[in-house]
Amino acid sequence: MSSQALPPRSGSLAETGNLRRRQRASQIGRFALMAATLFAVVALGILLWYIVQRGWGWLSWGLLMNPPSRKPERAGLSIAISGTLWIISLTLLVAFPMGVASAIYLEEYAPKNRWTRMLQINISNLAGVPSVVYGLLGLGIFVQWMGLGRVVLSGALTMALLSLPVIIISSQEALRAVPPSLREAAYGVGATRWQVTASHVLPAAIPGIMTGVILAVSRAIGETAPLLVVGAAGFLTSKPSGFTDSYTTIPIQLYNWMSRPQAGFRDLAAAGIIVLLALLISMNLIAIVVRQHYSSKTRW
Amino acid sequence: MMQQLERPISVEDAADPTSEEPLIQLRNLNVYYGSFHAVGDVNFDIAKNRITAMIGPSGCGKSTVLRCINRMNDLIPSARVEGEILFHDQNIISPSVDPVMVRRRIGMVFQKPNPFPKSIYDNVAWGAKVNGIRKGMDELVEWCLQSAALWDEVKDKLDQSGLALSGGQQQRLCIARALANNPDVILMDEPCSALDPIATLRIEDLMRELARNYTIAIVTHNMQQAARVSDQTAFFSLGENRMGMLVETSPTRELFTNPRDSRTEDYITGRFG
Repeated sequence: MSSQALPPRSGSLAETGNLRRRQRASQIGRFALMAATLFAVVALGILLWYIVQRGWGWLSWGLLMNPPSRKPERAGLSIAISGTLWIISLTLLVAFPMGVASAIYLEEYAPKNRWTRMLQINISNLAGVPSVVYGLLGLGIFVQWMGLGRVVLSGALTMALLSLPVIIISSQEALRAVPPSLREAAYGVGATRWQVTASHVLPAAIPGIMTGVILAVSRAIGETAPLLVVGAAGFLTSKPSGFTDSYTTIPIQLYNWMSRPQAGFRDLAAAGIIVLLALLISMNLIAIVVRQHYSSKTRW
Repeated sequence: MMQQLERPISVEDAADPTSEEPLIQLRNLNVYYGSFHAVGDVNFDIAKNRITAMIGPSGCGKSTVLRCINRMNDLIPSARVEGEILFHDQNIISPSVDPVMVRRRIGMVFQKPNPFPKSIYDNVAWGAKVNGIRKGMDELVEWCLQSAALWDEVKDKLDQSGLALSGGQQQRLCIARALANNPDVILMDEPCSALDPIATLRIEDLMRELARNYTIAIVTHNMQQAARVSDQTAFFSLGENRMGMLVETSPTRELFTNPRDSRTEDYITGRFG
């Protein structure tokens, strides 16, 4: 090899290889990335500003405490809030243990063969299925075939189905991120697979799993379409008090208000959106507290 | 025989191979990763209460062989192990033997210190707990930490995280953790490769100390380390198709002063690897 192929040594800090152009491209890249970020943040900000402006004046205890009414001044979300809490807690109760268990099975126990790979692809695909399809599935299976009817239980089971793929996938990722050295250490002292998983792998993965659960629940809390299909009530005057009662949820109540002719109801819906957001943020806070608790328990 | 073993062990003892009582016997050990034949036909003995070093160039399969001895390769889905590893006259790589039992009797210390993200106390106690020990845990933890020459440094902070210790201390904590099940054998996979020379010397002293009561097998890249601490040395090399193979096992002094195989000589004199 001759040294002719090597770039010349100039002996000074003179610009080489279109330095100015490369630096300009670097700057452009930086601004493009910043613009994309700003666009998302600004769009969200405008949306929030618009909602708060319309709805702020309508926020009142009555909005939280009153049942629905024909008059916007007296209408409230109490029935819908109770319905949402019922649906979300029941959804979590079903989807959280089931999703985490599936993820543990797939990551820690299942052999890696064609069958489990196919399962994996299917789960990923399910996470992308439009939610209304889950509604139709729930209508077919829970409401009609199992004969549960248009009640809390069938709504929650449908939402659990909808949340499961997201919870499974994010839990799997959290489990995969646990360093193999931790597993080796635990196996090395003669622990069984279950002891390794329960004492070390799962606690180390909990923060990541909680992130996935936050995502899944945030999605479920705002879902309207599947619940419309499985029969959430549009107008309801009593709170559900069991699995087998009729129910409505906040998004469905808001959808209902938005389609009323009176302008007052549309402003009320904006106030309802603020309530929904507040509920979402407080649920996320709970998840963050759980994360913190677990990351402080494992003494990294 | 027993009297001989109770004497402090020195390299002189090891120079006489007839005094060795084999605790682990590897017979025609072959390891495959998928279709790759990683290690071929390994035969050697690991003597009781001795330190056996495994040396050789990178990729020669010495870690792979070490990890067979406590069934760690079971955790790698594509790995397949053939042959026999006899331990108390039982073939411990047979599928009918529960790897959990094997690992309880044959402990391991890894290349990178990997304490649990738990307190120093729990790091030691956990291994005993999962194996059903409940009583006398405080004494057990203290004994293990003392045996690992760590007690004086940590006795006032047993509830602190094991990860807050220095690298050398972490590795000694991992050794203490391995002692908690009172194993017969301790496998060490390049235990000093992530440590500075002073921490390395402390671990080496500790290994000599532990060899009074435990059988130790150590994989090392560091030939001086093998020469310093081990009684016997197994030299591995690469054969055809990058297959790892055992070239020779000899008492350490003999292997470094008078190797039988020319490949061993090339390696220890630095002409190769």
